[in-house]
Amino acid sequence: MDFTIQNQKDTRSGFGEGLLEAGRRNPKVVAFCADLTPSLKMGDFAKEFPNRFFQTGIAESNMINMAAGMALSGFVPFTGTFAAFATGRVYDQIRQCVAYSNKNVKIAASHAGVTLGEDGATHQILEDIGLMKMLPNMTVIVPCDFNQTKNATLAAAEHDGPVYLRFGRPKVPNFTPVDEKFVIGKAQMLQEGTDVSIFACGHLVWKAVQALPILKEMGINAELINIHTIKPLDVEAVLKSVRKTRCVVTAEEHQRNGGLGDSIAQVLAMNAPCPMEMVAVNDEFGQSGTPEELLKFFHLDTPDIVEAVKKVVTRKQ
Amino acid sequence: MTINELERTATQVRRDIIRMVHGCQSGHPGGSLGATDIVTALYFDQMHIDPAQFRMDGNGEDMFFLSNGHISPMLYSIMARRGYFPVSELATFRRLGTRLQGHPTTAEGLPGIRIASGSLGQGLSVAVGAAQAKKLNGDPNLVFVLMGDGEQEEGQIWEAAMYAPAKGVDNLIAIIDYNKKQIDGSTDDVLNLGDLRAKYEAFGWNVLEMNGNNMQEVVDTLNLARKNACQGKPQVILAHTEMGMGVDFMMGTHKWHGTPPNDEQAANALAQLTETLGDY
Repeated sequence: MDFTIQNQKDTRSGFGEGLLEAGRRNPKVVAFCADLTPSLKMGDFAKEFPNRFFQTGIAESNMINMAAGMALSGFVPFTGTFAAFATGRVYDQIRQCVAYSNKNVKIAASHAGVTLGEDGATHQILEDIGLMKMLPNMTVIVPCDFNQTKNATLAAAEHDGPVYLRFGRPKVPNFTPVDEKFVIGKAQMLQEGTDVSIFACGHLVWKAVQALPILKEMGINAELINIHTIKPLDVEAVLKSVRKTRCVVTAEEHQRNGGLGDSIAQVLAMNAPCPMEMVAVNDEFGQSGTPEELLKFFHLDTPDIVEAVKKVVTRKQ
Repeated sequence: MTINELERTATQVRRDIIRMVHGCQSGHPGGSLGATDIVTALYFDQMHIDPAQFRMDGNGEDMFFLSNGHISPMLYSIMARRGYFPVSELATFRRLGTRLQGHPTTAEGLPGIRIASGSLGQGLSVAVGAAQAKKLNGDPNLVFVLMGDGEQEEGQIWEAAMYAPAKGVDNLIAIIDYNKKQIDGSTDDVLNLGDLRAKYEAFGWNVLEMNGNNMQEVVDTLNLARKNACQGKPQVILAHTEMGMGVDFMMGTHKWHGTPPNDEQAANALAQLTETLGDY
């Protein structure tokens, strides 16, 4: 993988572009938004397809169930709000009318994790991946950059079934190929290695990319895999990597409980037990600050991934 | 169907309800009995539907959503009697492996059910979404939704109630089963609903009222609501009903909300309900 930074862009803008493109490709694609159209970058879709855009006001429960009702007739509804309000606030609505009823609703969730920044813990949900992956029928996608979020949005639109699509607020390095087809459930190999498997998702993929040259300096040949689909998890890719490296570090902007690391740990425990370290928030709420300050504060930064690798490699010996 | 035929059908549905909840010793007879006349009129007289060719998308036909899913025995009986699935299947209600789950679901593939319900307060929103889909598709058919009155205590109801008139969702007819009772007692005691008519009118709905246990009045009011539809406002009908209607000892109390009759009580109830269409 070429890690050249093409530009600095927010993943939510990748969603906005992907939604517009999905709308152009398929007249059945419709969008709902609960008073966060600029934040979710849904304005271009709303402008081009005013009849297929539904402003719900600040009423997320109603939004989720209306989307489910509209999905019945063959439409492909995307709902847009912050991740905190797209999951916890409407969990029962998603559970009954989207997941259990298996409706073709795409829950687009922006401003996930601590990189939301200054708004603080009320808005920085760190439990959403767990909430969504526990639901039968639900697909959970956490793309890493602008390009991948756009491509994941297009894939979600083509996928038949409920999807939770999680992305974020800040501008981050955009490095994945522009038009790379996003395959749901297929892990993305970013660098092959032999000494440790790093499984990352979302914004922490780039933090892990930055760890690679540091680890190389230390003589650690790390393998980095982007687990952009938390569910269904690419178990085959995980086990193939682990059978080679025999130790694992996971990195995510989420609670340890219920996140990517939790999913990987289940696979390892049942199939290939080995030392594992988790770079994640550990049972605490977020707080106000800049995104970069918060990543450091909660030990979700590149040095934290490096430390976790050093530790897990030692444990292996 | 004539009023007499509708009434005869409703009586059989009431027998089915008693036999179903008695059979599995589980379920909600009170609300089911009370709402029977309304939903019988919808399925046998009012709605343009094609049970033999059930379409999940509902395109080209009227759609019905049961928001208060706990009165499922009533819906299952009516759907079976209308031809969505074999009447004999009513015997499987709430038993392991059944398509007739305690609360309606799409998960078991029962023809006629389009979305799960049971967790209250969600059906009106679903119906609004379905109605908007009909508008997008240029489908002139209507969307009906039945809600409980206790369900009006859910905040989400009022999100949907605010949305529908504001966005001109006028191809929608909501019906509230206004029996003034819920699990813990009368709605007045549990959480007073206040003036529901005034509340819905203030939200921008056209409000109708009827005796939901008088078949002639039910049919007349539904006809009026259909006539009023698609003229700018959604319609809501406050259907004054009696929980437990048709079985004397189940009426006038909230106690039969979720309690099945024992053998003796079931026999007593069935003695009050003539077998009109043949038991399953």
